[in-house]
Amino acid sequence: MAEVNQMVVVGNRGKKVRSDCYVELQLTNDGGVAIELKSKVEVMFGKANRKLIRDIFDFFEINNAKVYVEEGGALPLVIAARVEAAIKLLLKSDKDYLLDMIDENKNQTDRSDHRISRLYLPGNKPSMMINAGIHQPNGIILDLEDAVAHDKKYETRFLVRNVLRGMNFYGAERMLRINQIPMGLDDLDFVVPHFVNLILIPKCESANQIQQVNERIDAIKKEKNIDYQIWLMPIVESALGVIKAYEIASASDNVVAMAIGLEDYTADLGTKRTDEGIESFYARSQVVNACRAARIQPIDSVFSDVSDMEALARNVQVSKSLGFDGMGCIHPRQIPVIHQNFAPSEAEILKAKRIVDAFIKATEKGLGVVSLGTKMIDPPVVKRAENTLNMAISLEMVPSNWHDTFEA
Amino acid sequence: MSKQNIKLVKNAAGRLVPLEINGEKQIPFMGVGKYIPTGRRYGPPLSSCANFPDDGNKLVADLKEALVKSGLKDGMTISTHHHFRNGDLIANQIFDIAHDLGVKDLRWFPSASFPCQAHLTQYLEDGTINRIEGSMNGALGKFASEGKMKGIGVLRSHGGRYQAVQDGEVHIDIAVIAAPTADAFGNANGVNGPAASGLLGFALADSQFADKVIVVTDNLVPFPCIPWQIHGNYVDYTVKVDKVGDADKIVSGTTNITKSPDRLLIAELTAKFCEASKIIFDGFSYQAGAGGTSLSIGLYFEEILRRNNWKARFIRAGSNKYPVKMLEDGIVDYILDGQTFDLEGVRSMRENANHVDTSPFTSYNYHGKGNFASMIDVVVLGATEVDVNFNANVVTHSDGYLLHGIGGWQNCLFGKTVILPIPLFRDRIPIIVDEVTTLCGPGELIDVIVTERGVAVNPLRKDLIEKAEKAGFPLKTIQELKDEAEKICGVAEKPELDDEVIAVIKWVDGTVIDSVRKVKTR
Repeated sequence: MAEVNQMVVVGNRGKKVRSDCYVELQLTNDGGVAIELKSKVEVMFGKANRKLIRDIFDFFEINNAKVYVEEGGALPLVIAARVEAAIKLLLKSDKDYLLDMIDENKNQTDRSDHRISRLYLPGNKPSMMINAGIHQPNGIILDLEDAVAHDKKYETRFLVRNVLRGMNFYGAERMLRINQIPMGLDDLDFVVPHFVNLILIPKCESANQIQQVNERIDAIKKEKNIDYQIWLMPIVESALGVIKAYEIASASDNVVAMAIGLEDYTADLGTKRTDEGIESFYARSQVVNACRAARIQPIDSVFSDVSDMEALARNVQVSKSLGFDGMGCIHPRQIPVIHQNFAPSEAEILKAKRIVDAFIKATEKGLGVVSLGTKMIDPPVVKRAENTLNMAISLEMVPSNWHDTFEA
Repeated sequence: MSKQNIKLVKNAAGRLVPLEINGEKQIPFMGVGKYIPTGRRYGPPLSSCANFPDDGNKLVADLKEALVKSGLKDGMTISTHHHFRNGDLIANQIFDIAHDLGVKDLRWFPSASFPCQAHLTQYLEDGTINRIEGSMNGALGKFASEGKMKGIGVLRSHGGRYQAVQDGEVHIDIAVIAAPTADAFGNANGVNGPAASGLLGFALADSQFADKVIVVTDNLVPFPCIPWQIHGNYVDYTVKVDKVGDADKIVSGTTNITKSPDRLLIAELTAKFCEASKIIFDGFSYQAGAGGTSLSIGLYFEEILRRNNWKARFIRAGSNKYPVKMLEDGIVDYILDGQTFDLEGVRSMRENANHVDTSPFTSYNYHGKGNFASMIDVVVLGATEVDVNFNANVVTHSDGYLLHGIGGWQNCLFGKTVILPIPLFRDRIPIIVDEVTTLCGPGELIDVIVTERGVAVNPLRKDLIEKAEKAGFPLKTIQELKDEAEKICGVAEKPELDDEVIAVIKWVDGTVIDSVRKVKTR
């Protein structure tokens, strides 16, 4: 059923809006599909853009409409998302207009992958996404929750779906923060079929919420015949969430990490967030303990002063000493600071090298037991040492072929 | 001859250029270093002290009287300078006066034009001004690009401007030098006064070679005006005005380091490349402009110098507070400055003998016995387009419109290693193309392209490629970078351009390297 003559508006425009697209759409009874396009890159991409827009209307078999599109260097996947969102506000359809899935976004991630840095990207702001990957965060988070205004939630789902399929993040884990349960469950329909690696569940307060998410994911996977793994990272952001930390952390096998969100948590406590963080010491420590007990990665809250890199560095050092494995970030320049300060120390690297070396030698000799000096070494210790070295290698502190020249 | 049926020939760069424009013969570009001029430099008319007051007082009532006494008439060439950048108040007044006097067909020969001079569009329309020979930006660029200018524009580099005047290629009838401080004799400088802007180097050629020279100031001091960056001995008339420039707009807006994470990444990558390929070393020299990315590169260079306990011998600048701090901290021995971009730069030039004011003669003139641009170790420049053969464009955008001047860009290409740090695309507009819209610099002089998605080195620079690879620095080919951009943005269509030539681009030796075509308007 189509709504005729009602006008809908999606997307963004304005002087400071870049790489985005604004659409006004009205379905009509006659006159064909009239496209008016105002573009900053008319000379270079005007023809291609018109062809794309017309193709989308053909795809949805719309024969009469008035559409006004204003864009400032938006990528095709952005234009397509905006136009499709506008159409679907007026027309119920089971069809999705999908551009090609790029090969780079078909990879799966591993439970033990580093998640030192995760860069939050507002889900409805394409300009911040295009170059996010080149700053080499371990993960990027397409945010459907706090960063998106209520009246923009719907159109944002189309954009992040297209971004998951078509935007290269250069190896960063593709994470997505859904809205709070239950609204967030509907977000899953838009992203699960499109190679999302990890779902962040905000304001998590119970194992049941994890179950609800998994049930929906499993249903979608079954329907779409999908077999890739989707990890979960619940975020606790309330007193209750902190109290239930272990229950949440151990709720399911696919929970690989748990994060704490301090802005909401301190508000819930009725206190204010400080740089020193005394007010959140208990909560952070509780989250670390719960995660370690559940054998998952504890992830710290974002640091919101993007101009103060020295304060960020101090914050990261405290975070590391509390036992966290990583931290969120809201600006690309925070990434190297977070990496450098979570990085293992020279002493940690040396110790890790010795352990891994002992393991390699024991394996070569066919020994079942690894020992260093007079000490027996358990498999988890070896695993942790390998993780330390992998981190050091990824931060270019240690060459990947370090063992060739290593002398114990 | 009408503009439409100009005869074009293919130059050594394969671009079609006219053999004659505005009634003047042109030499097509012959290749880098191939055209060797003969003959002697141009000489201005002789003067005699008998015709000038013994007391040195050359003051006249106002600018109009100075222009009239200088013999302002149809068809003359009037030169101005961009020392006040977007705060210039004098160029507009000159042509207001010319218009009031009913003078027509003037050639405006600025060292650069700025948005504040959009006012002059009306005089291009009504025939007061026949054409601009200098940079054409904003409204003026649009006007010219749409084929509305009567004559054909000529764009030259700063060094090329000196060369053209010195060689007699451009004969200046009246030079008007707006100066922050001057005495009645005509000695002038840029370091003092309410509109202090640093130096007056762009006016040197004009003072030496113009028929008539007028100095305009709002800060008239008793003789002697020290330092005398411009010598009163070249000056015919002096004029005192209430305000010579808008001080707020003199300080350029581009004097802060960029906050864009993407540009910072490009800056960081540039510095890393320079360190890995060992083109930074104790005693090296570099040129970095005043753009946000360039300034950030300067900071990364400084960090490398400090970490290694090295010093730079000199920085070629557009200076501002950042190189000034390096000079004062002893990280660099000299700043050789072409223009100062903030008040810290002005202060430093005034106070510090090692902060040296230069001119296009010392730094850039190609028809001299050498110039110091070729001695600079690392040169960092911008571009609007680069093609897969490393040829670059700085004057037109991908839509064909003239939007920037050449500045010192062409001249600096002679530095030992020339690096262009540029984003791979801007709002979907690709920077790396198959063929540049307008050729401003031949690829053989451009060594490295640094983008946020990787670094490409010109295959001619085997030495750099070898050093970078040895240091484990990852490189891409320029074709790979282009393909990557197209995978993200799609393949851009070329603008449809008219055959009509609306301007030419001069190479540093006065030959014509390319033509700019009229944009087809809808």
